[in-house]
Amino acid sequence: MDLLEQLGDTFLNWEEMAKVIPSLLMVGLPNTLVLAVASGILGSLLGLLLALMGISRNPAARWAARIYTDLFRGLPAILVILVIGIGLSPIAREITGSRNPYPLGILALTLIAGAYIGEIFRSGIQSVEKGQLEASRALGFSYGSSMRLVVVPQGIRRVLPALVNQFISLLKDSSLVFMLGLASSDREIFRIGNDAMANTGNLSPLVAAGILYLILTVPLTHFVNFIDNRLRTGRPEKKEPDELAAPIGKGAQA
Amino acid sequence: MTEFTSGTLTGKNLHLSFGHNHVLRGIDLHVEKGTTASVIGPSGSGKSTLLRVMNRLIEPDQGDILLDGRSVLKDNPDELRQRIGMVFQQFNLFPHKTVVENVSLALRKLRKLPKDQARAEALEQLDLVGLKHKADVRPANLSGGQMQRVAIARALAMKPEVMFFDEATSALDPELVKGVLALMTDLAKGGMTMVVVTHEMGFSRNVSDTVTFMDAGVVVESGPPEKIFSAPETDRLKGFLSDVL
Repeated sequence: MDLLEQLGDTFLNWEEMAKVIPSLLMVGLPNTLVLAVASGILGSLLGLLLALMGISRNPAARWAARIYTDLFRGLPAILVILVIGIGLSPIAREITGSRNPYPLGILALTLIAGAYIGEIFRSGIQSVEKGQLEASRALGFSYGSSMRLVVVPQGIRRVLPALVNQFISLLKDSSLVFMLGLASSDREIFRIGNDAMANTGNLSPLVAAGILYLILTVPLTHFVNFIDNRLRTGRPEKKEPDELAAPIGKGAQA
Repeated sequence: MTEFTSGTLTGKNLHLSFGHNHVLRGIDLHVEKGTTASVIGPSGSGKSTLLRVMNRLIEPDQGDILLDGRSVLKDNPDELRQRIGMVFQQFNLFPHKTVVENVSLALRKLRKLPKDQARAEALEQLDLVGLKHKADVRPANLSGGQMQRVAIARALAMKPEVMFFDEATSALDPELVKGVLALMTDLAKGGMTMVVVTHEMGFSRNVSDTVTFMDAGVVVESGPPEKIFSAPETDRLKGFLSDVL
């Protein structure tokens, strides 16, 4: 067998891929999405809280946010997932009554994502001009209302691209929960590809898993570019009726 | 222009320091109901800070602020600021909201008006500043002059008793200044109580009832415009006028 054929068989064996595709789509995809979306939403809420603490006038809140962020940004994701997933599993079993590692997996991913998203939100909120807060306060809004109605919405809009990037990273990191041991129906995309690879000794199922990740992440990357562009240049402006009417009128006359 | 329920505003012996920087050193300013006081002076003299102290965006270290003769320093500052409208040099419109939403936001959230009514009142205010037809565009699509007129409408919508203008025309292209000054003149003639920090000596001279000249955190001279501009007494005011006129 020549080398090319051998490589093709190792990575692009269609039969091996076809065998794994149904469970990739029916089991792996929903599980990966559950992990990424749940920890994405919870991580955003945690991040918003951390951002508001980080810019608070209360030094204790600022310090707490700082220490939290340093801690969870500074540790490898896999370490956090293992420590939380294994360390807290007796407690989780008592509360949920099941051995399903998802609640703890989501918790660990949320704690990590929150640290990153908190910094993203903080930079966005701090980039809003001081005059916005001042104008809102001058109208009679309290500090809290001003932040909620005026400053935070603008800050978040500015960091949407970074936020989507963080979600992409979360989507990939969700594969790390495989370390916690997953029942057959709980396996996510990576684990399904990995199991099939282990059983057959052929890498094609992992390649198929990789392609599925790309199908999820590449459109998101382009979506980031799209909103980034939109935020930079603004929505294409609608012409006013009289401006539009003029050329149309001329066209009709000609 | 409509009638205003304006009030009399008094600042007494106002002091403010930022660290070692003593920005206001005992300012007195009295603005009678329905009159316009302009505040002039070189950059860094404390004019803009004075406005922010008088609506308690910055709390004074010492002194008193009276609205219609009653001290407001013990009031909730948010409620005080609902009674004093403010217009800024940089407009500070909310870019994520449409023009009409900029004007109706405080009506909805602070006056608790239902959405339709808040919009109707906001449109009425926009009509007064000649921009009703721009109600549903974003501020970014307006010229500077239009933005400042929206900012004025936004402040007026809360039916304030006093209006503050902080160098409201300084960021505008020269050809746009006129429209905003005309609107401010209408307000003054309509009986609004106004404190106008300005570099527009024409406005100060022709429209205001009193002129206060500040330098280095103190009031150097104040009086009716004809006296300030035609018969200045101090060397500092004489020097300032010869620099700007």
